Amino acid sequence: MKSVGRKCCFKLVLILGILALAAAPLSAQQTPAPASTSSPSATPEVSKALNDRLKELDQRVTAAQSAGDNAWMLVSAALVLMMTGPGLALFYGGLVRRKNTLAIMMQSFALMALITVMWALVGYSLCFGGNGPVIGGFEHAFLRGVGAEPNPDYAGTIPQATFMVYQLMFAIITPALITGATAERMKFSGTVLFLTLWFLVVYAPLAHMVWGKGGLLNASLGGKFPCLDFAGGTVVHISSGVSALVCALYLGKRTGYPKQPMPPHSLVLSFIGACLLWVGWFGFNAGSALAASSLATSAFVATHFATAAAALGWSAAEWLRNGRASALGAISGAVAGLVAITPASGFVGPMPALAIGLIAGVVCYLMVTKVKAVFGYDDALDAFGVHGAGGTIGALLTGVFAQQVINPIFGAGKPVGGLDGHWSQIGNQLVGVLIAWGFALVGTIILLKITDLITGLRVPEEQEIEGLDITQHGEEAYNLES
Amino acid sequence: MMKLEAIIQPSRFESVKDALREIGIEGMTVTEVRGHGRQKGHTEVYRGREYTVDLLPKIKLEMVLADALVNRVVDTILKTAKTGKIGDGKIFLSRVEEAIRIRNEERGESAL
Repeated sequence: MKSVGRKCCFKLVLILGILALAAAPLSAQQTPAPASTSSPSATPEVSKALNDRLKELDQRVTAAQSAGDNAWMLVSAALVLMMTGPGLALFYGGLVRRKNTLAIMMQSFALMALITVMWALVGYSLCFGGNGPVIGGFEHAFLRGVGAEPNPDYAGTIPQATFMVYQLMFAIITPALITGATAERMKFSGTVLFLTLWFLVVYAPLAHMVWGKGGLLNASLGGKFPCLDFAGGTVVHISSGVSALVCALYLGKRTGYPKQPMPPHSLVLSFIGACLLWVGWFGFNAGSALAASSLATSAFVATHFATAAAALGWSAAEWLRNGRASALGAISGAVAGLVAITPASGFVGPMPALAIGLIAGVVCYLMVTKVKAVFGYDDALDAFGVHGAGGTIGALLTGVFAQQVINPIFGAGKPVGGLDGHWSQIGNQLVGVLIAWGFALVGTIILLKITDLITGLRVPEEQEIEGLDITQHGEEAYNLES
Repeated sequence: MMKLEAIIQPSRFESVKDALREIGIEGMTVTEVRGHGRQKGHTEVYRGREYTVDLLPKIKLEMVLADALVNRVVDTILKTAKTGKIGDGKIFLSRVEEAIRIRNEERGESAL
């Protein structure tokens, strides 16, 4: 998703500058020429020298752009890793009861290690190797051929190794989001096995379909249903959110839910975590431009505005219903806004971003407080209510609000979203949403069955009451006697 | 000798302590406790789920007094701990058979 126009314009200015500069040494060389010989053969030599010089300077321009893009993409990769640890680990860690704090944090951290190794072995290749419609191939298994050379299919100005490590951070946070639904009752062994399988069977195909070359839903690389998903609304949020719902239903409620009170043990931790998520998300969304371009700026701005509007939307809804605006409500709203703007971030300006954020804040509030209570499922930390619902709303609203002035992805002057005059884009978005929902639903049910047979899923009731920190990890988050 | 236990509002604790010092009370043991009598708790709402918190924070004062002091201390606590609202707490008095100072094994009221 590179802006070609910007690059051309940049080069043109440079070439003009070079011509002006080259004129000075040229005249110096030419001055003695009439004294020695008056042969006209000087002209080809001069044009050759000029050509070499232009070529050299052209290379320098490319190198300079690559340096700029690479710097931003490495920072973005680090920011996205920060979203999982400490961001999500703190956010979820504060929401559980004290006895399960380390267990939920450890699940995020385990994925940071586990998915990284899987990514190096086959993960990257399954997502971004090959050009099939559903899944990649094995051409980059063991990171074969992934080095300093750019991969022009995805990001032509940065080393493929940068692109690879950036995409890895997305693969880490996605399964980590699911642990919000299984919190406080799932075995560590079952969690590790299930999420590893989930990464291979659900995440990798979806990532390939949406972002991979030739993928069924890829809007910029020849997909059959061009679904707009700038930074992972379908791949990351719908997939994890819907799988979270399946997990919550399959595992059943926590012992004592909903009669026994289970308030968050430290909203301070959650607060810090949510703020880290907000900051990290700039790497997630603006980094998805895959260059330090004006599109990255646009995505950065859209992300920020949507998040603010969503925090206000959730808080206002809460204030109207309960008479108070809570800190948990404000940070939950911000996360909902970040989720919803994710697919739209590289396609909309600030005003549509405000609208998307506001809608997501209010709808996710209703999902978490009303819909969950009506259906009675125990999505412990609202992974579905925020990521599943927010991701779905965001994907559909992207079809409404995407603007060709921001990102002319279908070609210059061609409308992108509904308000541009391309209402059928909402249909494409719907196809993307349905495929992601279907894939996540079916894949998760099958993988939960398999995991259940191998390691089991739930801890025994007495271990659940004692807490997962002691029973799963043999330690406590808060050792008040030491 | 009498043992006095008073459960009071945390917001009144500093005033009670100062007033007791003014009438010459030198020793007391204080604990932060939680509990409730007739006072109802408050509700907390987390993502739409309401929790009733009915154990409220209180301060418990404990002291053992010479018989001659008891009435003055009770009056002082009544005067300073009262806000007039439900939840102001209670005072319990009970007889104490013996007091022994560990340092020099003094006994009776002189050990207080």
